[in-house]
Amino acid sequence: MAFTFAAFCYMLALLLTAALIFFAIWHLVLPEYLIHFFFCVMFFCAAEWLTLCLNLPLLAYHVWRYMSRPVMSCPGLYDPTTIMNADILAFCQKEGWCKLAFYLLSFFYYLYGMIYVLVSS
Amino acid sequence: MYPPTGCYGAPPQQQSYPTIPAHSTPAPHKAPITNSAHSANYYQSNHQQQQHHHQLPQHHVAPSQYSAPSSSVPPSQPHPTLHSSVPPPSNAQYNQQQHPPYATPGSYYGQQSYHSQQQQQQQQPNLVPAPAGGPGAPLYPIVSYPSAPGSSQYGTLSSSQSTSAPGVPPTQMGAPLHQYSTSRPAPTTAVQPGYSVAPTSQLGPTVNGQGSTVHQHYDQSHQASLSYDSYGRVTHSSGGADADRPPSGTPSTSVHSSPGHHQGVQYGYVANSGASSASATTSGPAAAPLSSSSEDDDDDEEEDEEAGGDTSSSSTGSASPVPNSYDSLEGGNYPDSMPPSNDMTNQAAPYGSYGYPSMEPAYQQGPASHTDSSPSHDLYSQSSYQQYSQPFPNLSQLSAALGGLSGVPELEVEALRPVNLLQERNLLPPRPLEAPEPNLSPDLKKVNCSPHTFRCTLTSIPQTQALLNKARLPLGLLLHPFRDLQQLPVITSNTIVRCRSCRTYINPFVTFLDQRRWKCNLCYRVNDVPDEFMYNPVTRSYGEPHKRPEVQNSTVEFIASSDYMLRPPQPAAYLFVLDVSHNAVEAGYLKYFCELLLDNLDKLPGDTRTRVGFLTFDNTIHFYNLQEGLSQPQMLVVSDIDDVFIPSHDSLMVNLKESKELVKDLLTSLPAMFSQSRETHSALGPALQAAFKLMSPTGGRVTVFQTQLPTLGAGALQSREDPNQRSSTKGVQHLGPATDFYKKLALDCSGQQIGVDLFLLSSQYADLASLSCISKYSAGSIFYYPSFHYIHNPAQLEKFQRDLERYFTRKIGFEAVMRIRCTKGLSIHTFHGNFFVRSTDLLSLANVNPDSAFAVQMSIEDSLADSSLACFQAALLYTSSKGKRRIRVHTLCLPVVNQLSDVYAGADVQAVTCLLANMAIDRSISSSLSDARDALVNAVVDLVSAYKSNVSNLQQSGLVVPAAMRLFPVYILSLLKQKALRTGTSTRLDERVFAMCEFKTQPLQQLMRMVHPDLYRLDNMSDQGALHLNDTVVPQPHLLHLSAERLSRDGAFLMDCGYVFYLWIGKCCSEVFIRDVLGCPNYASIPPNMSHIPELETPLSERVRAFLDWLQDNRAFSSMIHIVKDDASAKATFFQHLVEDRSESASSYYEFLQHIQQQMSK
Repeated sequence: MAFTFAAFCYMLALLLTAALIFFAIWHLVLPEYLIHFFFCVMFFCAAEWLTLCLNLPLLAYHVWRYMSRPVMSCPGLYDPTTIMNADILAFCQKEGWCKLAFYLLSFFYYLYGMIYVLVSS
Repeated sequence: MYPPTGCYGAPPQQQSYPTIPAHSTPAPHKAPITNSAHSANYYQSNHQQQQHHHQLPQHHVAPSQYSAPSSSVPPSQPHPTLHSSVPPPSNAQYNQQQHPPYATPGSYYGQQSYHSQQQQQQQQPNLVPAPAGGPGAPLYPIVSYPSAPGSSQYGTLSSSQSTSAPGVPPTQMGAPLHQYSTSRPAPTTAVQPGYSVAPTSQLGPTVNGQGSTVHQHYDQSHQASLSYDSYGRVTHSSGGADADRPPSGTPSTSVHSSPGHHQGVQYGYVANSGASSASATTSGPAAAPLSSSSEDDDDDEEEDEEAGGDTSSSSTGSASPVPNSYDSLEGGNYPDSMPPSNDMTNQAAPYGSYGYPSMEPAYQQGPASHTDSSPSHDLYSQSSYQQYSQPFPNLSQLSAALGGLSGVPELEVEALRPVNLLQERNLLPPRPLEAPEPNLSPDLKKVNCSPHTFRCTLTSIPQTQALLNKARLPLGLLLHPFRDLQQLPVITSNTIVRCRSCRTYINPFVTFLDQRRWKCNLCYRVNDVPDEFMYNPVTRSYGEPHKRPEVQNSTVEFIASSDYMLRPPQPAAYLFVLDVSHNAVEAGYLKYFCELLLDNLDKLPGDTRTRVGFLTFDNTIHFYNLQEGLSQPQMLVVSDIDDVFIPSHDSLMVNLKESKELVKDLLTSLPAMFSQSRETHSALGPALQAAFKLMSPTGGRVTVFQTQLPTLGAGALQSREDPNQRSSTKGVQHLGPATDFYKKLALDCSGQQIGVDLFLLSSQYADLASLSCISKYSAGSIFYYPSFHYIHNPAQLEKFQRDLERYFTRKIGFEAVMRIRCTKGLSIHTFHGNFFVRSTDLLSLANVNPDSAFAVQMSIEDSLADSSLACFQAALLYTSSKGKRRIRVHTLCLPVVNQLSDVYAGADVQAVTCLLANMAIDRSISSSLSDARDALVNAVVDLVSAYKSNVSNLQQSGLVVPAAMRLFPVYILSLLKQKALRTGTSTRLDERVFAMCEFKTQPLQQLMRMVHPDLYRLDNMSDQGALHLNDTVVPQPHLLHLSAERLSRDGAFLMDCGYVFYLWIGKCCSEVFIRDVLGCPNYASIPPNMSHIPELETPLSERVRAFLDWLQDNRAFSSMIHIVKDDASAKATFFQHLVEDRSESASSYYEFLQHIQQQMSK
């Protein structure tokens, strides 16, 4: 049993996911995207391919979402002039709930992954 | 990412903000000094009555003559009845003929019945499918003769001062009443007299079930409370009918009738309950003082509130009995030979006009008896159905004639009559379509909000979202909240009564459980009635909360206290940002701008604090120091456009009053100053940034004049339009902004309460799609004059001048927010218009102007089953140009239904079209134009298939739609042929984008005239059905379908497109018409660009001009007229509006219908 880089990544991901759970609810999108991107890179470095694969769809979604954001010249994601439209609001809320579920599941997955790595190494 | 909620989150509610000391101003003159805290000042005025109200004065005249013998009746009784928008034929008849006494009810009825026969016969072809047409005539006796009950009531009633509108079509009412009283025995008989003779409001008590003991008492209070509604008319009548009374001396006369001087003025009408003469005079001044609604003369419109009642009253009140010739239409006349035209509308009119059992629902329930809430709903629904059958007698026959439908309310029968579009060709009503009336009880209908202000696509709200989906119609509201009103109660009260949980303002549709409690009609919470509200300043009596003006009017304005302020109310501040580049000098607008502003400098809305500033730009920005004391304006040039700074902070925006000479100086010298400019670049972005910085401390209005594509500094744009793609049938690119610089700046402006209005006078592409964002999100307005040139394009120049004049003088509200609340279960989906949405139901409007409208899409989240009524309330909180914080509240009440057929019966085809247009514009920007067009076509397909599968049980082939929606396909086809949405026809991108902006902001009526113009034939106008206003006769020609087959070479046709009239003269048009109206000897000598109708003294010319003036009368912007000759090249502009015809790129109406049919069978 050794505290490997992979275990460190999982531990970090575990902590950060806890933060993400809140961000997903509060729609702090930029920190959320950055954190998610950050630990995806960490998993890449740690060669945790399975975990990386699990996260890739969300990463891709984030990239797509950011590229197609309505605001053009500043970092924001939501357009203040349309965000209050019921359909956009509903979409954002649904998105938030889905991400929340995903982060919750991945929280336990990272917990499991960390212990597994700790035990197996 | 912008925070969605700005710095002030929830404006209308109390927000504690430091400051406010300056506020307390509202009171001085108007606070009722004497009577402690009970201070609801309540004024009304009645300017600028529109054609739709023209029946009102008549009521007046007729009754006063009629009731002369019975004395003691204040002529003020006739109730405005805003919803009945067309003069009832009977009244009209009276006035015109001016029989002094209507000697006997009998004769009166005789005439009346004659009318209805006429109508009946003539309208048959229109109303009923062929088979039913025949029996129409034999049937009418049923309608008209049951007058017996009516007349007997008359007899009895005369004792109870039957005054107001005896002209009320008793026949039409009598019949159904009769039927109805037999069918519904006990409870309703009591009601019957009240309604049937409704003209006399005094009958209220009977309606009320209070019995005759209270009669007198109610009479009095009633009159009093009613009188304020009809001020305008009161004053008119006082001028006209009672000629002996000096019309203008009123202020002083009014005083003696009530104790205190102020009291007298403010509550003058209180005293009038008994004496008719006094009432007229007293109410006159009372009407005047606030008259914040008398917008057409803006100068006195608000100073009255400052100046106190007496002075201004003489001007707005009875002094000018006829402020505007058409306003006060004294005698609308429908002579015997009533054209078929008025069938629907006239039938509807009695509803509103037959009097006013003006009991509130709450009132009906009786003061203390109903503590439980449930009965109220029963009462509503019952009464609504009871009343339902009354005013449409002939329709009831129709239903009988149709057979098997007698159980269905007649209105719905007509609205639901299946119309096979492929067979019926004459779909247009003879007169422009009016908003359908919601199926409510008459007393609710009477207080309901005017359809010009507040309109819903479905006047019967479906109970569930499922039902709404089934109907395939959009649910939404069309709002024109800051519209120029001809009558508006203004209330100053220490406490503004609102629901404690949802913050709804108290309104006519709340329920009074007892004297001390009221139930909110939006969230159903039971609230306490505050002590102050118990006192009714109108009657100066205690314990009548249901008679307060707030509860008697669905449109009211409150003077808000400091709770409603985030900072002391800002002064009116206007900054003009003028393009002075070479291009602008070429176009030559500057001279006209300066001239017009000089002329209107004193008419700019504002008070002594009004501030103005000027800023010009080409490739640099020029500020003007207008500080008081300077001998001439100083120009300060800032050439660093990358980092704009304000050279001097306190002298650029100056007090207009103090620096007026300098401002005039500047305006006189400005055009010459840049006449030699050779600078072709335009630094619009930096100039806007400078304007933003300059205005940030106060907020206000920035008016930008731009003549070309901005090319320098921030916000520079490139040309994106490819002229070869203008007529492409594929998608249209670049409908969205190229940069979000303007949008972000607009949001910053909105945050600082700066509204930016854009005048684009460009002959080249100027990327309006990007530039318009500056106005869109700061609640500004956009004006566009393509190919503007002061010599080469006189038409645009004239339009520019007219628009500018209106623009300078129209009312304005600053730092406004508008919140829309609706009954629990409904929710707001999307807003359309120019604003920034601050939260799901709150719009932030830096400026609000009377010419812009809003649309709201709604959705039904929870079933509305527990209520029979749905209500919508729009509250607009703004700072007036006089620095008063005011809240204008509109409340609309609609019935909830659970049958699909009822939903269709209540559909408002114009509102549906406008809402769909708004949605289509959104779609074309977010997705693509072809998507939006498909969606519009699908809307028709969906409606027809939904109707076919769900409602229509007739096994007809073809396209069947309910009669209420029979114009829907025409309107959609017209939409598809509009500049905004058309494809295949060469359309410049800027014009297309501008048309889209117009769709989003124009009020419904204006928009409908643009989409589907009204076409009339003018050369053979007869006096049939003509309106008689004062001393002019306004002929009422019939609407024609927009198709070339309706034109004939020997005629002259007028097309009313909203902003412009086209008068098309056929080649063989009679020389008499050309000579008498146009002043030209023959067709050949008509000049090609004629754009006015000469004022000739011939009867034909007078009638044509009377008709044009009448059409023009209720529009904010004056329309131009173009004379189009048949052979001129200009005729293309005329013919492109004939939407039912095939054009090079779009199908004809018939082809469109066939296309729909194909789509359905897929």
